[in-house]
Amino acid sequence: MTLAHRIIPCLDVDASRVVKGIEFQDLRDMGDPEALASRYNREGADELILLDITASRDGRATFLETVCGVAQRLNIPFTAGGGIRSLEDGRAVLRAGADKVTVNTAAIERPELISKLAAQFGSQAVVLSMDAKRKGARWEIFIRGGSQATGRDAVAWAQEGVARGAGEILLTSIDRDGTCSGFDCELTATIAAGVSVPLIASGGAKKFEDFLDVFGKGGADAALAASIFHSKEQSISALKNYLARQGVPVRLSR
Amino acid sequence: MKIAIIDYGAGNLPSVERAFFHLGVETERVTTPEQIPSAKAIVLPGVGHFAAFVTGLRERNLTAALHAAIDSRVPVLGICLGLQAMFASSEEAPAELGLDLIHQQVKALPKNVKSPHIGWNQVRRLRPGILLERIAEDAYFYFAHSYAAAACEPHTAAVCDHGFPFTAVIEHDNLMAVQFHPEKSGEAGTAILRNFVEWAQ
Repeated sequence: MTLAHRIIPCLDVDASRVVKGIEFQDLRDMGDPEALASRYNREGADELILLDITASRDGRATFLETVCGVAQRLNIPFTAGGGIRSLEDGRAVLRAGADKVTVNTAAIERPELISKLAAQFGSQAVVLSMDAKRKGARWEIFIRGGSQATGRDAVAWAQEGVARGAGEILLTSIDRDGTCSGFDCELTATIAAGVSVPLIASGGAKKFEDFLDVFGKGGADAALAASIFHSKEQSISALKNYLARQGVPVRLSR
Repeated sequence: MKIAIIDYGAGNLPSVERAFFHLGVETERVTTPEQIPSAKAIVLPGVGHFAAFVTGLRERNLTAALHAAIDSRVPVLGICLGLQAMFASSEEAPAELGLDLIHQQVKALPKNVKSPHIGWNQVRRLRPGILLERIAEDAYFYFAHSYAAAACEPHTAAVCDHGFPFTAVIEHDNLMAVQFHPEKSGEAGTAILRNFVEWAQ
């Protein structure tokens, strides 16, 4: 009996479409969220994450429709977020069918948002998302899609988030995101060692070996990737079979 | 057969309803005690806080009707917090009284393991049972919880291990419960719900 390491595809959603782009530029259409969700559910994804990357507030209602549509297609858990600024925003995505809500920028600005969400929905429903960039021997937290420095140390912020009730941490390496050079295992190992909750690593995934590394020396409980799955460059079932052969506990669909 | 799903004001009802819908089973949300006596099978779903669950039941006057149905041997399936609510109390809210069908306290997961216990894990069967019938021994189920009940006789049918061997599946008379979320556990989870429905019919 072992807790399996999770493989989590991430769907960045803009105006009811899954898109790929770096820092909101050069958005490329990657398909229909419900169709992709169905495919990943079938291919053995352990979970999904759905992020609203629409800049405007008008996009909120459209995103909730997408959350609702995706929920109908899944019999695995999924997290939704992006632009969650209040308890009501969190409630809306959970009501629409998400199992967990993720917060990022607003949590830095008003850390009590984490406590409020955890008190209302339970820690298991609150994922603290953080974007970290190397600064000397440490890592600094950035907000607003990685565009704004906060001066906050990543380890200290992760620990504060957990103390406030976050049940999981979704950690993105800004240095590795979009580079296809592998996860930042040093960063994930440092944060994983500093907190008592599961850690989802994100940023830089390309090869099967990258996942093996992040579960091994990176100490991650779960690993997230987007474009390599959307583009069918890597298949989730092949990845999980590879990991199983390497002795990593994973849930194999049959 | 229509499944009565107890709506105590929180909890993720739609995903449980959808899972039964996909099995072709009708469900009904129960918010008043008058709906309970006609129920042929009852599901106690749950996410969130132990106190929210028991006070939610109390505020809707559902507790006594639920006890009466359980006493008259209506099949019941507890899910996650719905399993924990069957116990006498929980460390999560020590002052609150649970349904006390099992006279034991639910404990916090120990400090030496990650908590919440979130993700896919396997279970070990202590004896043959109904819910896990025709499901592979090494199947994975999705767990998301910070509290758990130690294995207890004669209720526990399967355990999972995270810090200590805790009750993952309960089967005793008309009481059934799972600590994981079958509605979120892929095909293996669907099979659990199907086994419950077939047994309850």
